[in-house]
Order: sequence, then C-alpha cells, then structure tokens
Amino acid sequence: MLGLNTKDTTLLIVVAVLALGAPFILNPFPEASSLAQFNAGYPDLMQRFAIFGIFAIGFNILFGLTGYLSFGHAAFLGVGSYSAVWMFKLLGMNVLPAIALSIIVAGLFALLIGYISLRRSGIYFSILTLAFAQMSFNLAYSVLTPITNGETGLQLTLSDPRIFGQSATSDGGIPVTNLLPGFEMRETFTWEIGPWLFQFNTGYYLCAAFLLLAFYLSVRIFRSPFGLMLRAVKSNQQRMHYTGLNTRPYTLAAFVISGMYAGLAGGLLASMDPLAGAERMQWTASGEVVLMTILGGAGTLIGPVLGAGFIKYFENIFSKINDSVLHGWFGFMPDGMENAIIFVSHFFVGKSWHLTLGLLFMLVVTFLPGGLVEGGQRIGRLFRRKPAKDPKSADMKPAE
Amino acid sequence: MDAIILQILNGLDKGSAYALIALGLTLIFGTLGVVNFAHGALFMIGAFCAVTVQRILNLSYETIDPSQTDFLGNPLVVKTPYVHSWFGPETGASIIEWSVPIAIIFAIPIMIAIGFIMERGLIKHFYKRPHADQILVTFGLAIVLQELIKYFYGANPIQTGAPDVFRGSFDFGVLLGFDPNVIIYPYWRLVYFAFAAVIIGAVFAFLQFTTFGMVVRAGMADRETVGLLGINIDKKFTIMFGLAAAVAGLAGVMYAPINSPNYHMGMDFLVLSFVVVVVGGMGSLPGAVLAGFLLGILESFASMNEIKSILPGIDQIIIYLVAIIILLTRPRGLMGRKGVMED
Repeated sequence: MLGLNTKDTTLLIVVAVLALGAPFILNPFPEASSLAQFNAGYPDLMQRFAIFGIFAIGFNILFGLTGYLSFGHAAFLGVGSYSAVWMFKLLGMNVLPAIALSIIVAGLFALLIGYISLRRSGIYFSILTLAFAQMSFNLAYSVLTPITNGETGLQLTLSDPRIFGQSATSDGGIPVTNLLPGFEMRETFTWEIGPWLFQFNTGYYLCAAFLLLAFYLSVRIFRSPFGLMLRAVKSNQQRMHYTGLNTRPYTLAAFVISGMYAGLAGGLLASMDPLAGAERMQWTASGEVVLMTILGGAGTLIGPVLGAGFIKYFENIFSKINDSVLHGWFGFMPDGMENAIIFVSHFFVGKSWHLTLGLLFMLVVTFLPGGLVEGGQRIGRLFRRKPAKDPKSADMKPAE
Repeated sequence: MDAIILQILNGLDKGSAYALIALGLTLIFGTLGVVNFAHGALFMIGAFCAVTVQRILNLSYETIDPSQTDFLGNPLVVKTPYVHSWFGPETGASIIEWSVPIAIIFAIPIMIAIGFIMERGLIKHFYKRPHADQILVTFGLAIVLQELIKYFYGANPIQTGAPDVFRGSFDFGVLLGFDPNVIIYPYWRLVYFAFAAVIIGAVFAFLQFTTFGMVVRAGMADRETVGLLGINIDKKFTIMFGLAAAVAGLAGVMYAPINSPNYHMGMDFLVLSFVVVVVGGMGSLPGAVLAGFLLGILESFASMNEIKSILPGIDQIIIYLVAIIILLTRPRGLMGRKGVMED
C-alpha cells in the first residue's frame, strides 16, 4: 500500500491508530480516580507528543541514517517558530501558510549551515553545528531583537497588520490561529462516557496528520535508494569516496530534509501557541532531541516517535509527582520506611525529573544502544525463544 | 592603547578558565581517546567544593545572650561559628574569610576521587565504542551531576566571596605610566590568572620532567608499544583522568568568587571549552592553553563598545565564528598534531 511493503504498511497503520486514537489511549483512567494524574490525553500534551515526534523523526533521518551527530538541530526549530509567528503577524491567522513558510525558511537555513558544516565529519561536525546553533541563539537574544523580540520572545499584538485577517477580533482580543475561518486550533470537543472524559482537539489532529505524513515520508526515505546511500555513508564513507562517489550532496540533502522536519515542528509549535522564544534554539534543546532519538532507538523507524512520546510523557508525569502524592502511595508502610522511600524518590521526581532522564539515558547508551526498540526486540525474542536470524538483525542494526 | 591593555587584562581571567578546562579535556582526549562532555560538570563541582567549604566553616552553634535583646524584646540569640570558638574570634574570622583558598586543599582529593570513580565506573567501558557514544554517555552523566548539585544547593547562584585582601582593584595603569584609574583590575582576577599559570606550568612540568609523565607522553603517542614494553598504561591513564578532573575542579574553586556558582555554569563553560579545544587542535596541550587565552582575549576585545558599534552582536558570536573559520580552513586546529582526528 502506498508503495510500502507489508511490514512497513503495518507499522504505518500502527502509528496511524496510535495517533488518531491518542485521546482514548492516553486517557485510560476515569477522571475522578486517583490515577487520573497519569492521564496524558489533554490537548496541550498530545500536541507536544506529535510535534516532538516529528522533530525526532527528522533528526533520525540525519543521525540514524548517516551517523552525523548534529548538536544544533534546535536552531531549525527556532527559526521555524519565528517565521510562523511572523506569518501570523503579517498575513493572517491561517496556519497553513505559516507552516509552509517555516518549512521553507528552516530548509534554507539548513542548506546554509549544512553546506558549511558537512565539510567535516565526526566530532568536528558536532562542534560546528553546535557553534552555529549557539550563534543563532546568541544573535536572536541580542542583535536580532527587531526580528526576534529578544528575551521577551516574539508575540502577537493588537497592532499587527494581518493583511488577510483582522488585527483584532470584534471584542478587542487577539485573533486565534485557525485552519480555515471558524476552524480554530484551540477548539476542543469533549466527550464524556461514564466517568471517562475524552478530549478531541483540532490542533492535535492537525499535528497528528502532519506526524503521519512525516512518518510516511521517512519510511519512504528509509527504503529508497537515497536512504541506502545514506546508510552506506554511515558504514564507511571512506570507501564511498574511493569508489569515486561524492557523498556530500547526499548528506547535504539528508541534512536539509531533517532541517525541514525541524522547521515543520517549529511551525506547528507556533501554530498551537503563537509565540516564539530564543530558548527554543539553545543547545540544551538540541540535546533533548538527541536524547529522544537515542532513547527510542536511532536508525529505526518508530524509535524516535516512541522516544519523543516517552520523554514528553514522563517529563509531564514525573514533574507532577510531589510530596502529598508520594505520601498517598507509600502511606501503608511504617513511618520510618515511608520517609526513607520518600527521601530517596525525591531525587527522581518533581523538579529533579531531569536526573531520572539523565540516568535512564546513560543506562540506555551503555546497555541498550538500540534504545527502546532494541529493548522491545530483546524481550520479544525472549518470549519466542528463537535465536534471531542474522540477516534480519543486521537489517535492524541500531545506530551508533 | 590603555583600552587595549585593559581588554587584554579582562580577557585573561576568562581565558584562564577556558585554558584550564580545555587543558583537562585535552589530557583526557589525548590519553584515553575519550570525548568527555561531563568535564564542565567537574568544573562546576569544583566551584561547589568552595561553596561547601564555606558552609562548613560557617557552621555555628547558638547561645542566648541575656544582656542584649532583639527588636522584639526577647533575649538575643547569638550565632557563633565553631571555628571562632576553636581558634579564637580573630583567627576564626580570617579562616572563614579565606574559605576559597582553603577549599583548594579539600578540592584536590575530592576531585581526584571523583575522576577515578568516573573513569573506572563508566568511561572504562567506552574506550572501544565510537566517539558519538562517548559524547552521549558523558552528556547523560553531565545532566545527572548537574541535577544532583541543583537538588542539594538549589537553582540560585550562591555568593562565595574572596578574602578581603583581594577584594579591591589594582591600579595597573600606574605601573605602566598611565594616569591613575584608567586601567584598574580586580585583585582576585590577577590571582586567578597567576593560579592558572601555576597550574598549567605544573601540569606541563609534570608531563615533561617526571618518569611518570614521560610514560604518559609515550602512551599518548603510541599506546600499544608502551603496553608491549610491559607498562600498565591503563593504570597511568586512569591517574591522568583523576589529574584532569582535579585541574577542572581547581579551576572551578578559584572561579567561585568571580562568578557566583550555579548549577548550569558547567554546561555554559563546556560548550566554549570544546570550541577552545577544537581551535587549539584535538590532543594538543599547548594548543589548548594558547587557544584558551586567545579566545578569552578575543571575546573581551569584541565586547568593546567601539567594535560593537561597527559590528553589532559580534561579542556574542566571536568565539563560534573563529571556531568555524579555523575548522574549515585548518581542521587540525592551531597546533594539532598531524593525523589526530583529522577527517
């Protein structure tokens, strides 16, 4: 179907079902129960799942296929956000032109940076991309303030021209982003079934549609001759050079494509909430997408989506766990033990959630270089009790 | 002229910090071949050693002084640091005041121990893995260390003062025959520069003039041959890792009075130090030191108002710009050896 083989079609359908059914799947607990805090089915978080999924898929096209570790990918996301917000300011509140522009601008930016950075490989490439991203971040904070609005971040105001829309709504507010007039991004349809509450948000479904499209394109890229060429670059670039092949156009294409994915993610981020700040470009933000991709499984198709969902979910849930929640959980234990456990778990929840993330990441890199996907495969193999066939495992070989 | 001298001086202290961190990074890269993204975290831990020593020295007990009352009319509670009662008020006060230099004594063993634990516990398993994996796992470690510090010390910068003797500024211009108050320079920064120079000199002397250093240098050049001669090179390299950690830690301890320690200072310095290492040339110790000072001074020149008015924002990007130009024109860096990661 759609030019995919059976296995990939199944994968695409799985992602489609997960994405479209997310409001149900992520809200398994009744609203009034004590477990409701583990629900993740509210629009804001679901949008972030989809958006960072797209970001990680794009990063994976570069890192997973070619092995070039970019530490400055957030710059493209930031550029995408800025261009989308500028479209909202100048043209109107329709999201499609904004997203289109953010993809184009991020692509051009990636072309420029990639053209220079890809002259080097290995750690030098990482440092070059890092340097470019930090430069963009610093400039966005200081000199480019007329474009980026500096530390405050770029926001919509009532005095924006918006030539195809209106500067202000009839009741004097700032208009909201929409897909078509009257089809607003923030619109949410709530469906109550018994004690359960499901929220269907227009913005989320737009993100999910883009996620599916992005996923489909990445499957096609992975299976194409172009994708094969990128893998060859990863396994031995020198040998490619010896055969007289210039690999740079291929790696540059991969870099630009992955920059465009990041731009799309940035544009969507701005469409859901029309503001853009420089901190989106900081190198810690670039580090986050690296974490997502590696945690999920670099070089695999579904890994980045899983990793993005995993990190965003636990970021949200772990940081919500506080003292009273912990006391509620461990209340049945004797006091001393309860306090000891709560003292230890303090390190890992609430504001210290990044500690958990860092530890988890170290464990994954050390013991499970293929990320969650490899973990799943290992567990699956354990249950089937069948030794993995070599050609198959070579096919799914995790990235380094 | 005076402005130029002032900018060179201003660049020295930041340059010293860059040079010290880059020196440690290069030591680790040159000996173990590991790209250590957690090195900034070691710098930060050093700075927090200073904070901890300061806090320990300030530990006090409370006594009630009935002769005085506080503003509510209750008897005044007087806090006396233990150090005061042990050494007498005057000596005690000066001990507390000198907490940053005292912290150096404690920081050295602590940092060496942390370095050993890191190398034996984690880095050891990554020698044979690709550089990308090393970057990733040490990046994870950096996050962990940073969050631990944040957990214990909070997210706000902690003021850590230098001894009173070094608090003021030194009128450097008078020495060179300029008018007074043209070139003034805080004493502590001068101390920092001198300290950095001593440390750098000591590391080079250690590598150059001791048998241990000779073995390490031989190991950096050709690890296998040294191993074949029956020398346990891994053990020596572990010690070098501890030494590099100590250098980063000491840089952090002394930096605490210049910039109040906060939990993300390591990450801030790490990115710049990596740029410094790359500019100096991967694996080249003199290159790292030279590039550290060079970039520090360049940065402070770029922040002059005269230059900023011609090229706005140049002070924010100069280091990265230089790094990009160097990497593209001379991938080996300023003083990199031929053949070391030159692709």
